[in-house]
Amino acid sequence: MIAGHRNHPLYFAFVLHRLSGLLLALFLPAHFLVLGLAINGAEGLDGFLVLTENRLVKLAEFGLVFLLAVHMFGGLRVLALEFLAWTPRHKTYAAASLAGGFFFACGFLLSAGS
Amino acid sequence: MDSEPDGSDLNASAPGKTIAVSLWRGQGSSGGLVRYDVPARDNQTILDIVTHIQRNIDNTLSYRFSCRVGMCGSCAMMVNGVPRWTCRTHAGRVTKNGRLTVEPLRNLPVIKDLVADMTPFFDKWQKAKGGFAGNRSRAEDIEPIRPDSAQRRAADAGIECINCAICYAACDVVAWQPDYLGPAALNRAWTLMNDVRDTAAKERLRAVSAGDGCHNCHSHQSCMKFCPNELNPTAAIAGLKAMAARAALKGEL
Amino acid sequence: MLDARLFLLQRATAVLMAPLVLIHLALIIVAVRNGLDAAEILSRTRGSWLWGSYYSLFVIAASIHAAIGLRVIGFETLGGSRRIWDLTTILIALLLAPLGLRAVFALVAS
Repeated sequence: MIAGHRNHPLYFAFVLHRLSGLLLALFLPAHFLVLGLAINGAEGLDGFLVLTENRLVKLAEFGLVFLLAVHMFGGLRVLALEFLAWTPRHKTYAAASLAGGFFFACGFLLSAGS
Repeated sequence: MDSEPDGSDLNASAPGKTIAVSLWRGQGSSGGLVRYDVPARDNQTILDIVTHIQRNIDNTLSYRFSCRVGMCGSCAMMVNGVPRWTCRTHAGRVTKNGRLTVEPLRNLPVIKDLVADMTPFFDKWQKAKGGFAGNRSRAEDIEPIRPDSAQRRAADAGIECINCAICYAACDVVAWQPDYLGPAALNRAWTLMNDVRDTAAKERLRAVSAGDGCHNCHSHQSCMKFCPNELNPTAAIAGLKAMAARAALKGEL
Repeated sequence: MLDARLFLLQRATAVLMAPLVLIHLALIIVAVRNGLDAAEILSRTRGSWLWGSYYSLFVIAASIHAAIGLRVIGFETLGGSRRIWDLTTILIALLLAPLGLRAVFALVAS
C-alpha cells in the first residue's frame, strides 16, 4: 500500500534515484577491490573476470549499468530543475531518464551477448 | 467541481446508504481510529460529514473550520491519507467502497482529535525570515513596482499562500527531517527575496540555506500537487537553491 | 542536513561526473564485447596518463558524491546527531577514495 500522498510519478522518480544511488554506493568498494586485483597483473584480475561469464552475473551487470545510467539521467533532471528555468515537464523528463537507463542497459546486454 | 465518475464509490451519495467513517480520536500522541456510520447524502463534503458526527453522534469531537467555502484553509485534514481542505472535498469523490478515513494533518503535533498544533509550522515561517522588512516609511512616496517585471511575477506566483499547512503535511522531507523549514516557509521566503522593497535579503538567504533549509528539498513536488491554491513551492525552493548557491560561490553567504 | 556548501559540493561533483559516466558507460559496452579480458583492459590502461587522470578524477568525485548522498539517506532513515553524520561522511569518503585510487594504480602503474 503506497501512502496516498506519495502515489504520484515524481515521488517514484525520487525513489528510483535514491535506490540507484544507494546500490551504486554499496557496489563501489567491491568494484574498487576487484579492479585492485590487477595489482598482481593480468592473471590477478582474470582470476575474477572468468566468473563474469556466468549468466546470472551478466544479469547483475545489466542491472548495474541500468542503475548507473538512470541515476545519471535522473541527476541531470534534478540539476535542470534546480538551476534552469522552471518547466512543468518533469514527469516527461523522469520518463525519459528511465528510457535512457534502459537504452544503455540493453546496449550492454546486446554487447555482452555478442 | 467535477461530475465525471472517477472510480470512487458514487453509490455513497445515494440516499438511504451509509458511509463508514473512521475518525482519529485522541489527545496528543495517544489515540486511534473510531468508526462512525454517517448517512450518505448527495453533495456532501467531508466537512459536512465531520460536522454531522459532532452535532448528532458525538459532541466531544474536536475539529477546526471557519469559512467552509474554501478560502481560509482552517479545515485542512488528512482524508484517506491525502491532505485536503475538507470543505472542498466532495465525499462522493473520495469515498472508497463506502469507507472514509479522516485524520489530523500529518507532520504536526496533535492537540485533540482532528485538531493539529500549527505552532511548529508558524515557528518555521519565522525562522525562514518570513517577515517583510520594508524600505520606506509612511512619510515617503509609495514605491512604484511594475507588475510584469520578472521579479514581481516570481513573487506574485507565491503570495496567495494562506498557510493552511497542506504542503507541509504532504512533504516527506518534513517527515524525515523534523527541523526542515518546509515548503510554505520557504515559498514565503522566495516571494520576499523577489520583493524589491524588502531589505532583509542577506539574512533571509542565510536563514533559508542553513542545514535545515532549502537544500534538503528532494523535489518530490508533493507540495505542488496538493496545494489547493495551485502554488508551486518546489519551484520557489529551486529558486532559493540557485540563489544561495550563487551567493555561496561569490562568498556572499 | 545539507547546507549551501555541502549542496554545492554534491551538485558540482554531479556535474563533473556526468560526462565521466557517459564515457564509462560507453567503455563498459565496448569492453564487454567477447567477454571481459584483463589483458585487453590493461593494454588500454597501462602506462596511460589519460586513463590515469580520468579514473583518478572519477574516483575522487564519486567518493565525495557517494559520501554526501549516503549522509542524507542515513540521516533521513536513522536520524541521529549532525556531528555523527559529519564524521561518517568524512569516513566514507576516506574509505572510498584510497580504495579507488589503489585500483587506478593497479590498472595504470602495476
